Amino acid sequence: MVEQESPRVVRCGGSELNFRRAVFSADSKYIFCVSGDFVKVYSTATEECVHILHGHRNLVTGVQLNPNNHLQLYSCSFDGTIKLWDYIDGILIKTFIVGHKLYALFTLARAEDSVFVTISKEEPDVFQLVSVKLPKSSSQEVEATELSFVLDYINQSPKCVAFGNEGEYVAAVRDFYLSVYFFKKKTTSRFTLSSSRNKKNAKNNFTCVACHPTEDCIASGHLDGKIRLWRNFNDDKKYTYTCLHWHHDIVMDLAFSVMGTSLLSGGRESVLVEWRDATEKNKEFLPRLGATVEHISVSPAGDLFCTSHSDNKMMIIHRNLEVSAVIQGLVKDRNIFTGLMIDPRTKALVLNGKPGHLQFYSLQSDKQLYNLDIIQQEYINDYGLIQIELTKAAFDYSGNWLATVEQRQEKEAELELQMKLWTYNKKTQGFVLNTKINMPHEDHITALCFCNTEKSDNPTLVTASKDGHFKVWILTDDSDIYKKAVGWTCDFVGSYHKYQATNCCFCEDGSLLAVSFEEIVTIWDSETWELKCTFCQRAGKIRHLCFGRLTCSKYLLGTTESGVLCCWNLLSCALEWSAKLNVSIMEPDPESENIAAVSQSSVGSDLFVFKPSEPRPLYIQKDISREEVQWGVFVPRDIPESFTSEAYQWLNRSQFYFLTKSQSLLTFSTKSPEEKLTPTSKQLLAEESLPTTPFYFILGKHRQQQDEKFHENSENELVQLPLTENIPAVNELLHTPAHVLPSASFLCSLFINSLLLSKETKSAEEIPDDVDMQEEKESDNSDEENAFTEKVQDTKHTDLGEDIFHQLSKSEEKELRKLRKVDYSWIATF
Amino acid sequence: MGEFKVHRVRFFNYIPSGIRCVAYNNQSNRLAVSRTDGTVEIYNLSANYFQEKFFPGHESRSTEALCWAEGQRLFSAGLNGEIIEYDLQALNIKYAVDAFGGPIWSMTASPSGSQLLVGCEDGSVKLFQITPEKIEFERNFDRQKSRILSLSWHPSGTHIAAGSIDYISVFDVKSGSAIHKMMVDRQYMGVSKRKCIVWGVAFLSDGTVISVDSAGKVQFWDSATGTLAKSHLIANADVQSIAVAEQEDSFVVGTAEGTVFHFQLVPVASSSTEKQWVRTKPFQHHTHDVRTVAHSPTALISGGTDTHLVIRPLMEKVEVKNYDAALRKITFPHRRLISCSKKRQLLLFQFAHHLELWRLGSTVATGKNGDTLPLSKNAEHLLHLKTKGPENIICSCISPCGSWIACSTASRFFLYRLTYQHDNLSLKRVSKMPAFLRSAVQILFSEDSAKLFVASNQGSLHVGQLLEGRFRHLHTFQPQSGTVEAMCLLAVSPDGDWLAASGTSAGVHVYSVKHLKVFEYSIPGKQYTEWSRTVQKQGFHHLWLQRDTPITHISFHPKRPMHILLHDAYMFCIIDKSLPLPNDKTLLYNPLPPKSESDVVRRRTAHAFKISKIYKPLLFMDLLDEGTLVAVERPLDDIIAQLPPPIKKKKFGT
Repeated sequence: MVEQESPRVVRCGGSELNFRRAVFSADSKYIFCVSGDFVKVYSTATEECVHILHGHRNLVTGVQLNPNNHLQLYSCSFDGTIKLWDYIDGILIKTFIVGHKLYALFTLARAEDSVFVTISKEEPDVFQLVSVKLPKSSSQEVEATELSFVLDYINQSPKCVAFGNEGEYVAAVRDFYLSVYFFKKKTTSRFTLSSSRNKKNAKNNFTCVACHPTEDCIASGHLDGKIRLWRNFNDDKKYTYTCLHWHHDIVMDLAFSVMGTSLLSGGRESVLVEWRDATEKNKEFLPRLGATVEHISVSPAGDLFCTSHSDNKMMIIHRNLEVSAVIQGLVKDRNIFTGLMIDPRTKALVLNGKPGHLQFYSLQSDKQLYNLDIIQQEYINDYGLIQIELTKAAFDYSGNWLATVEQRQEKEAELELQMKLWTYNKKTQGFVLNTKINMPHEDHITALCFCNTEKSDNPTLVTASKDGHFKVWILTDDSDIYKKAVGWTCDFVGSYHKYQATNCCFCEDGSLLAVSFEEIVTIWDSETWELKCTFCQRAGKIRHLCFGRLTCSKYLLGTTESGVLCCWNLLSCALEWSAKLNVSIMEPDPESENIAAVSQSSVGSDLFVFKPSEPRPLYIQKDISREEVQWGVFVPRDIPESFTSEAYQWLNRSQFYFLTKSQSLLTFSTKSPEEKLTPTSKQLLAEESLPTTPFYFILGKHRQQQDEKFHENSENELVQLPLTENIPAVNELLHTPAHVLPSASFLCSLFINSLLLSKETKSAEEIPDDVDMQEEKESDNSDEENAFTEKVQDTKHTDLGEDIFHQLSKSEEKELRKLRKVDYSWIATF
Repeated sequence: MGEFKVHRVRFFNYIPSGIRCVAYNNQSNRLAVSRTDGTVEIYNLSANYFQEKFFPGHESRSTEALCWAEGQRLFSAGLNGEIIEYDLQALNIKYAVDAFGGPIWSMTASPSGSQLLVGCEDGSVKLFQITPEKIEFERNFDRQKSRILSLSWHPSGTHIAAGSIDYISVFDVKSGSAIHKMMVDRQYMGVSKRKCIVWGVAFLSDGTVISVDSAGKVQFWDSATGTLAKSHLIANADVQSIAVAEQEDSFVVGTAEGTVFHFQLVPVASSSTEKQWVRTKPFQHHTHDVRTVAHSPTALISGGTDTHLVIRPLMEKVEVKNYDAALRKITFPHRRLISCSKKRQLLLFQFAHHLELWRLGSTVATGKNGDTLPLSKNAEHLLHLKTKGPENIICSCISPCGSWIACSTASRFFLYRLTYQHDNLSLKRVSKMPAFLRSAVQILFSEDSAKLFVASNQGSLHVGQLLEGRFRHLHTFQPQSGTVEAMCLLAVSPDGDWLAASGTSAGVHVYSVKHLKVFEYSIPGKQYTEWSRTVQKQGFHHLWLQRDTPITHISFHPKRPMHILLHDAYMFCIIDKSLPLPNDKTLLYNPLPPKSESDVVRRRTAHAFKISKIYKPLLFMDLLDEGTLVAVERPLDDIIAQLPPPIKKKKFGT
């Protein structure tokens, strides 16, 4: 076993899918999008992530198909490199080191050996478009320093640069002007719109640009929702434009269809508009896309469009404006009110998603499972509207019940409050609304919790509110003659000296309920709803409240606004210990006694993990994040880890996830989840790369039959061949693309060799202790072989004039050496 | 500079009539505009868009078509079925010819200018030959089923396109037969099932016919095959007019929604020679239907029901930023509609068919500069004088003493005597008028109200004496050797000895009334005064030269000879000749020198031009006495409010 790495804070999933325009592969089968430091390859048909291309060491800012080989992909990044990938196999072919921070990447079929990138000059906010000559070299890493300047003072966003008419010109927009550079004439024309501050022109700013694929026509989007179609722009005086105006707000992106017959535009209205024939009256709409359209891209084959949305989603749209697939990441563009929760059934992370929705997000697969529409109202996307907000949500122990609270407050005295209870329907595999309670309290609901007992016969819910009451809600028969319908009603209303109820919490076995009223904690018997005792520390309002678990269930923990963490003993009804700590998050681990607390300071956030029974923390991690940590949650692990180090034992059974103010989801792990996620789909690839033609079906079947026969044969012969996957050489051979492999004549021997060795491993199996070592050696051998073959290649290159005779003798020699080696290994095994 | 008490008059309830046709003449750079009441106006686009000629309207003559032919000859045709030629020298109608085809809807001159084509209600297209004196009917083309609403010649003159209801016909001029009939789609995107009226056609030299119709479409047809090539839906209402540039690289259409769209022929790609028509810019300068458009080499001209004539220069065609680069909106006539009696503080308003006499209100209150004073006595409507007959009033005048009113239509001249007895007013028409005094272009009273000067349309000037309610003819100044140019402007010196008259060809004649002699000063030979020499030398302020409206009235201060008062529609200005002229560095518009500044500073910053922009649009301004001004305004909103409602358009966010 390898030495365990110590866990560190890693960014986990939820990465942005909408940072840049997505790019389609030439056959529209795959779609590529940049996502943090990676490039993700999705299948357009199945929405599955096929590959994650990792290799960049900073944010990836652009991705483009190689115009000369549509099976390859260029990507650029802030780390100053352009990388060339084989996306089918997901491997890095080449790295070009440019040295500058690269903001955007453009490729052009015409410029064969160069690409265009946006770099920044020394001054901030000044960007240049330059062309980079990619040197032809066989080595993996190449310096590409031959930059030639194209356009200055452009916008960093790739939406603001477009190449037109097969690379005759490039158009760039920024602020109030459009610059066009003509490659043939090597001249730049600049067209400026009025920027005066009157009502009509104040929002003339350019926001995006697109070029017609065949005609001299540039489309530009503007802040006021106008689209201008520029023509005749090679004449500085006679240029002209047409205005198309439908959007009422900023035009976020524009794209021409492949033939240029229609123009696509999108914006905050969440509507994809198709302008046919570039005329104002002839337009088609695809409405209700859910969130602001950030980017639009068109597949080179012309059959698909892709829109990226501000809610971290990509939609694959058919040419006839029908949505065919949705790739949804973690929705991040909104405030999280509900906090992080774990759905007990799916183990998915649950939090606010789209407006009015709860999203269920699978941490394992970095994918949104589904959205649950809570508010069930059409969302009107307009600035300044006061929306209904989903503020609280809670699951019961088994995941059968979900309680949600939504509110809308336009004026001080006009609070609209609604509590909904949802039951899990096994048939439909989803939550359905059971009870809707209007105005469950007079004022804001501050806390919501289910009684987490395993006896599920009478689920109980407690809500605490600023109106000074806490209410107990129980499930009862609804007035139905069949006694089948159930509903929730209020069972008990408690209060304490008209103080605002701020928190509530059930103990592990459900026998006690703790409710905090500002500075006072009250303990109630959940059978009789009697007030048992009160704790008061006079140390500010209670911010969090939780009971200890398992061996520590006699403790109650509370944090206060003034920065004191208190632990009370419920048996002695006395303060066990207290500590001065400004806790912003306190989360108990459901699998153990551990409690995680995050404290906030001016420089960053610190994490403390402790057991209630002992005031000394188990683990302290300073500076888990520079920003404020807003929410945290423990997620039970499917397979327990085995950290031997005492400090990390708290991570063995569950994992701690937390969400910062900028909405990045972080966790403690030894490696980043993207690396862990290295898809299981690699096996699928061999199949996927075969086109599904009728021939494929015939041949595929044919091959299967052959395989079966082969199996039969092998059984007959009783030759136990090891699985090819276990042999590194074979593995290597199969997983390297054919065009980067050395010639077959060299491989052949290698292949044979590996098979020879494999026969020998069969005998090695008898001695299981040595297997590891053996394998290691094997791989070593194969490495040697590689080196050797390279050498041979070199000699071959130099001695081209030599006759075959010498060659033969060389191969004989090689054969001999192999035999020797085989012999040697034979000896080694015994 | 002097402070004035200003009568701010807003009760002149004048409504210009809507524009029906415009015709641009490239040779003389003039624009003919016809209005719905039959008035035809000629604007000189070279002379700061001044309305230099004007033919009064007539109730039965509503023009539907207007065109220039044979260079400078102007023809109109209308629903009374007549073709009219105008005499541009004498400012009257030369002759009217009945086309015998019912109401005429369209008319166009051939590219050579020697033939005239009219489209009639009965579906006939008639060809007229233009002779030097008259027009002669030549022949009919194949008769169509319904009225011909639009006509266009092919630039070679061999074919014509005629727009009718639901179809467009292409005729061969030689044979007179229809060679193609192109049906226009009635329904577009399911808008309506009504008939589709082809409001306008344009025949291009490559054989393309462009049509605009009532379904809101602009369509391109191939006349060789009779097929539709391309269709642009541009409006939800009718597209009513089209005009093509002479180079055929752009055209303009006007819609009933008040929008004017510009179409341009642009190359598809810089490398290819293929070109396509692209709708480029929309212009929304009108609130109502754009009934007519014209395309001059440098500007788009449009006019419609909302009575504005809009001239929108094409920026890419304008070389330097000067007068021509400004957007112009001409609403009011450049001639005088208002005259005032200084002595009795009366205003005479001229309408198309009646005159109104008002007495100005008065006040006893005094106030600071800029205060609005309360009226102690409201303005009073004294008289409503209606003319008989269908003809519009050409001109009118009230004498300075307030006891005489003169007005004229195209065929009759009226002179009235007013007598005031306390608050009662009695009116008596002066009966015995000389027979030659039938129609006047301009009427003026002398300062002492003893003489009447009448400029007739024959080029002669009549002088009459007014005595005890009677008119006595004194003299007639005959026009200079053989010219029949009408005098449009008259001015008389305060002592009544000198009379100046100006015709349309920029000559100024000065007549000595006492000695009955004629002095003529043509502009080049005129003796300029010392001041105007300085102005000529130094030049005007650049902002002054950038003004784009012609000055419509000039008067002098009776007590301060150094002051000149002048105004146009947007500002009024007093020029003090004693002060230095402004140069380009000084501020031209200095509204009020701050009181706090010392006299030295004020004197230093003061210059000859004092400009006020408080009153607009300003129709008339004059001095009543030394300290009182009268300003007549006509707010545009009041005019719009009295027009029929425009087509309702959905406005976003309402």
